[in-house]
Amino acid sequence: MMDNINILFPEIFLSLSILSALMIGVFVKNSYEIVTKLTYVILILTAFIIFNSGAGKVEYFSDSFIKNPFVDFIKILILLSTIAVLNMSQSFIRNNKISKFEYPIIIMLSILGMFFMLSSNDLIIFYLGLELQSLSLYILAAIDRDNIRSTESGIKYFVLSALSSGLLLYGCSLLYGFTGSINFEIISSELNSNNTGAIFAMVFILVGLAFKISAVPFHMWTPDVYEGSPTSITSFFSVVPKVVGIAVLIRFMMSPFKNIILEWQTIIIFISISSMILGAVAAIGQSNIKRLMAYSSIGHIGYALAGIATGTLSGYSSTIVYMIIYVVMNIGAFGCIFLMKKEGKYVEGINELSGISKKHPLISIALLIILFSLAGIPPLAGFFAKFYIFMTVIENEMYMLAIIGLLTTVVSAYYYLKVIKIIYFDDLKTPLDLIKNINITGTIFISCIILISFFLYPSYLNNIINAIFLNQ
Amino acid sequence: MNFPILSTIIFLPLLGSFFIFLSKNEEQSKSSIYVSLFTSIANFLLSLFLWFSFDVNTEKFQFVEESNWISGLIKFKLGVDGISILFIVLTAFITPICIISCINSVKSRVKEFLIAILVLETFMIGVFCSLDLVIFYLFFEAGLIPMFLIIGVWGGPKRVYSAFKFFLYTLLGSVLMLIAIISIFWITGTTDITQIYEIKIPREFQYILWLAFFSSFAVKMPMWPVHTWLPDAHVEAPTAGSVILAAILLKMAGYGFLRFSIPLFPVASEYFIPLIYSLSIIAIIYTSLVALMQEDMKKLIAYSSVAHMGYVTLGIFTFNQQGIEGSIYQMISHGLISAALFLCVGVLYDRLHSRMISSYGGVVNHLPKYSFIFIIFVLAGLGLPGTSGFIGEFLVLVGVFQKNYLVAILASIGVILGAAYMLWLAKRVVFGEVKNPKISNLKDLNLAEGSILSILAICVIFFGFYPEPLINTMSVSVNNLINNYQVDLIYHLTSSK
Repeated sequence: MMDNINILFPEIFLSLSILSALMIGVFVKNSYEIVTKLTYVILILTAFIIFNSGAGKVEYFSDSFIKNPFVDFIKILILLSTIAVLNMSQSFIRNNKISKFEYPIIIMLSILGMFFMLSSNDLIIFYLGLELQSLSLYILAAIDRDNIRSTESGIKYFVLSALSSGLLLYGCSLLYGFTGSINFEIISSELNSNNTGAIFAMVFILVGLAFKISAVPFHMWTPDVYEGSPTSITSFFSVVPKVVGIAVLIRFMMSPFKNIILEWQTIIIFISISSMILGAVAAIGQSNIKRLMAYSSIGHIGYALAGIATGTLSGYSSTIVYMIIYVVMNIGAFGCIFLMKKEGKYVEGINELSGISKKHPLISIALLIILFSLAGIPPLAGFFAKFYIFMTVIENEMYMLAIIGLLTTVVSAYYYLKVIKIIYFDDLKTPLDLIKNINITGTIFISCIILISFFLYPSYLNNIINAIFLNQ
Repeated sequence: MNFPILSTIIFLPLLGSFFIFLSKNEEQSKSSIYVSLFTSIANFLLSLFLWFSFDVNTEKFQFVEESNWISGLIKFKLGVDGISILFIVLTAFITPICIISCINSVKSRVKEFLIAILVLETFMIGVFCSLDLVIFYLFFEAGLIPMFLIIGVWGGPKRVYSAFKFFLYTLLGSVLMLIAIISIFWITGTTDITQIYEIKIPREFQYILWLAFFSSFAVKMPMWPVHTWLPDAHVEAPTAGSVILAAILLKMAGYGFLRFSIPLFPVASEYFIPLIYSLSIIAIIYTSLVALMQEDMKKLIAYSSVAHMGYVTLGIFTFNQQGIEGSIYQMISHGLISAALFLCVGVLYDRLHSRMISSYGGVVNHLPKYSFIFIIFVLAGLGLPGTSGFIGEFLVLVGVFQKNYLVAILASIGVILGAAYMLWLAKRVVFGEVKNPKISNLKDLNLAEGSILSILAICVIFFGFYPEPLINTMSVSVNNLINNYQVDLIYHLTSSK
């Protein structure tokens, strides 16, 4: 029992810290600053604890939890990207007066939920983690409670997401009914393609997960929630829950649904193709930069799913590489959004950016790099992300998926180019306000450097992730 | 390990652009111009050094550099043979000329413009050096970014449309090539082309892979039905952009055919000869006729480029020594001539801000030096003996006559049409009465313009009378290409199932 608790130490540490931070928040006046600083410390310490917790695969608490290098890696990734997002959104939070001490605490709670989702090795733990995460996210979407759009997006997200959680729970119960167990390992050995009822269950679970990563056709909430929530929350939404969703999907594909690859492959291919197409086509008409990012993230999830659709380890690892580069690009893009202000208000309309390259060359070149990288043009990192995905897709002879995927990159290049056109080709109307914020510019700088210099040693990330998957 | 001269040539411009990026903004951008001129001329000298130390008697790749890149999958492999070295020298030669030309023509954001040109030079030289399909693709595609910005930021009134058309056409063509490259990796287990030459791609895959490569090269070339981006891009791009586009970017496709399509897919190359011939003949005759009707000088030269590229594809797919040497010669000479013609148009445009033929006439009365040089390039453009344009066209036609009489005769008609539109252009612009009173106020060539145009004119005439240096450099490699092609063809046809 004590051994088990040792292994669960990161989660225990995180929950105790959250509770103490909550106490500080309640009893100290104007406690936002101190709670935020404490949050950084807690997140870094948690990452440190996970990093030092040793490699190897362990199952504990009667096999209901699992710890392996893959899960640890994703957890550290979540923590680091959360720190980056929190760090660069501070000025936005203060400007929009949503600097309540609950803010960082709820973010930490959602991370705790994600940890349980990732470590779960049975359906009940998984569902509990998912709900903890989702409930925190609903509150975060509506955290600007005096703003009607934020509240609306929170409600919208809650209603739709609750529906999808319901479907997922239904799927879990069906799975239990047809296999007689909630443990992933037992389920995977019980499942085979003759078990039609279990196939139903798998479909329901996939629907629930597809909703969480906003894959088409369960993406409807994404543009509205992205647009309505405060930008600091949008940047969190576009990065962290997506990574977790994809990682959990990979966990499901690798353990409970391992033996019915052919069945889920068809569904994932369909979801992947439709996300790529919708992400590319629907973004063309957007004039709001947050909505554009929403559609762009739908498209990117489509590419990431193409890697999962292969059902091989190399496919999964290329998906994780894709997600990491996606995280870097998105953090950079949102960093630029946090830096662009006009007359005291944050810029949201794309047309307001017209001609800013003449006055603000540095932020324009950062946006140029990030947008070309999002479009997947070499030699930027975004190209390598797509390259690895299509390497595995073609290896598994899924030529249709590869051709559709690459053709949609051309379509999606159009709307990224449109933003570049507005920034570089159009005439300057009104310049942006000058914001000097080392937190934001530093984050943008780091992400641009990663995107540019990735081509020098493009296999570094891949090697790490391959090693992680081989050590499973 | 020798000194990595190819990497130096590739990345020196990038280093220069980095220095310009760090330099301070100033009114005249003097220092940026000096830095860029210095790096590009140094690079040109390096490329000349490369050419002189190049051994023309071997068909092997020389100056090969190899380092691990994507571990276990792909190596960063560079090298040159007798074909690619000419393009490297051409690129390194054209870039300083562009930089000098932009002193007069680019008025705003000079610093950024020079950065874009130098970055573009890096990518262009990279294309010609790479011996790995993925590296090739990387440089091939990356060139789109600076060119998109050059057209879009410094271009004419319809620049946005042209820049988008250029970017999306080329991207659409090349993503199919990417699929083909990845497929080749899984078929042969490598993307190192020297290894793939040995392994030989199975016959049944060749047709579809050839088509995928073709889709990219045909757009870039540009061949007839997909050429429409070129006139738009040329017309709207600033002078230096047009020069680079015509002189070097169009050559990437011809080079791609020689380096990849023919050696990798010999069976398919043989199979698709009728397709290439028909498209080339249509390009030669149809675009020559279109060029006759143009009101805009830049558009006229753009269409003439499409026609000239028709000769290049014809020559490449004759698979004999004369045809391929002729098409390489044609590419080099077209690189010089079209660059010069665009610079000539740029000279007039900087003075009168019009590209319409109708706004000129009788230019010779007031700009005698300019007119002299312009006429030299017009004559070179129509392939007059004694200019480099002649030798290319002549060799191509000699090559084609050995293959197919009908095609050769049709291609010869293109020569006549070429003379027609070029001479008519000269007649309307340079000679005749001075209709536009503004022409009398124009100044003749200044030092910068005069010197770069004279250098180009000297090159064009020198290589017109003395083709030996170029032919000598390429002949062993071309011979090897043809031999390998025939051996592979026999291998594939006899070992068929």
